[in-house]
Amino acid sequence: MDRRKFLLNSSGTVVGGLLIPRIVAATAESLPAGAVSSGILDAIPGKRPLIKRSFRPPNYETPVSVFREEYTPNDAFYVRWHSAVPEVHLADWRLRVAGPGVQRPREFTHADLTRRFKVAAVAAVNQCSGNRRGFFSPHVPGVQWGYGAMGNAIWSGVRLKDVLEDVGLTGSALEVVGNGADAPTLTGPDFVKSVPMWKALDPDTLIAFEMNGAPLPLANGFPARLVVPGWTATYWVKALADLQVTDKVFDGFWMKTAYRVPKGMFGVSGFESQDTEQNSPITAIKVNSLVVAPDPGAPLAVGRRAEVMGIAWDGGSGIRSVEVSLDGGANWREARLARELGRYSWRQWRYAFKPGTAGVQTVMVRAFARDGSTQVDKLIHNPAGYHHNVVQSVDFHVA
Amino acid sequence: MWRDSRVVATLLAATLLAVAPARADETSLVLAEGDGVGQVKAFCSICHSVDYILMNSPIQDAAGWDKTVTKMIKVMGAPITPEDSKIIVAYLAQHYGKDSGG
Repeated sequence: MDRRKFLLNSSGTVVGGLLIPRIVAATAESLPAGAVSSGILDAIPGKRPLIKRSFRPPNYETPVSVFREEYTPNDAFYVRWHSAVPEVHLADWRLRVAGPGVQRPREFTHADLTRRFKVAAVAAVNQCSGNRRGFFSPHVPGVQWGYGAMGNAIWSGVRLKDVLEDVGLTGSALEVVGNGADAPTLTGPDFVKSVPMWKALDPDTLIAFEMNGAPLPLANGFPARLVVPGWTATYWVKALADLQVTDKVFDGFWMKTAYRVPKGMFGVSGFESQDTEQNSPITAIKVNSLVVAPDPGAPLAVGRRAEVMGIAWDGGSGIRSVEVSLDGGANWREARLARELGRYSWRQWRYAFKPGTAGVQTVMVRAFARDGSTQVDKLIHNPAGYHHNVVQSVDFHVA
Repeated sequence: MWRDSRVVATLLAATLLAVAPARADETSLVLAEGDGVGQVKAFCSICHSVDYILMNSPIQDAAGWDKTVTKMIKVMGAPITPEDSKIIVAYLAQHYGKDSGG
């Protein structure tokens, strides 16, 4: 094995040396064996070493320890592509806005957009639909993501709404269809996604050029991507090149067939034009939380204050509370929430306690959103491996 | 076990020219030896590195792998003949299948 690479366990913890793999007890979460052995740390251009899921197309997840920061640094932000990353030069870049729902179709350069429209920014979690798919039991095929196919950033650019109002919408406008510069290798379907008008016209939905105050990395969609806060990242089309406002349901493969959940399994989609009798498109992120510190292998000391730290987020209602249980879910106590960074951002939390006895201390965490929703105790299994928001159980060693 | 090694070799060469050069790291991936490994390398690698196979193991039985390969052919346009498809599915089920232990 290449010496600069390290083996990672299912939680994305470096194995070997002084670190001990995290033991996740109650939910028995584990990636497929082949995902563990092939999930090495590897750096692609513009990125620090991330957990490699596939070299080509590049799919890399962020190690959990990075989530201790409020915002995920651009060079640590996860990478997910369906085909090769397109290399677009800003000088040549154009955004076409057209379709039967548009009155005055036109092309914009980067300067056209930034001069003509007010700059807008939003703090938001960007989470892959398949984040945590690797923990599904039974396993389902797909990219076997652990916890790290997500990140939190401040996205800035122009409002999609302002651009759409500038070109003028017709009364028949139904969906806005976004296409990036990426293209399939063979004759497969191009990766193209649509959003309903209400989401497209939401003032927080952006055409973003920057994340965390710097241009989007190539691997995260340079020069422009859609930012659809609250919805899973499949809608956040990267290397955005074309917007079509349609007057009928967009039926491309990545809308009609892929990124679907069984009808009613996760509530209403909010995307009625795409609902069918059998299924709905995956849309809003489900409330979730994650323990990010202390280091999984670091032992806690009997009688000494220990502090668990984590993050919690949902699809945009905001986090109301986070609860921690130290007795297997019998009793729950409220964690201390850090400042709110915005309703689409994750929110940090901390919980301090003194371990009483030596052995294994299981820490369970669950978040409650302002819309009243909370995490599930048992996985809601679905064929594509979406919406894994099972209450996490983490075992710490007390000595 | 090549059925028509010239066709595969030509296809592979064309692929290497047509797509962006794969990064060196991809060549470090090792597939189990066995009947069908040549077809897997030649066809699956057209669009993706073979860690897609590794990470998705051992979770699918032969029927599961057949579904995956069929999707690659029918949806993604993989130029795989029915004969090669059978060989590929058998290889994946044997070496990377649910009961392969690998």
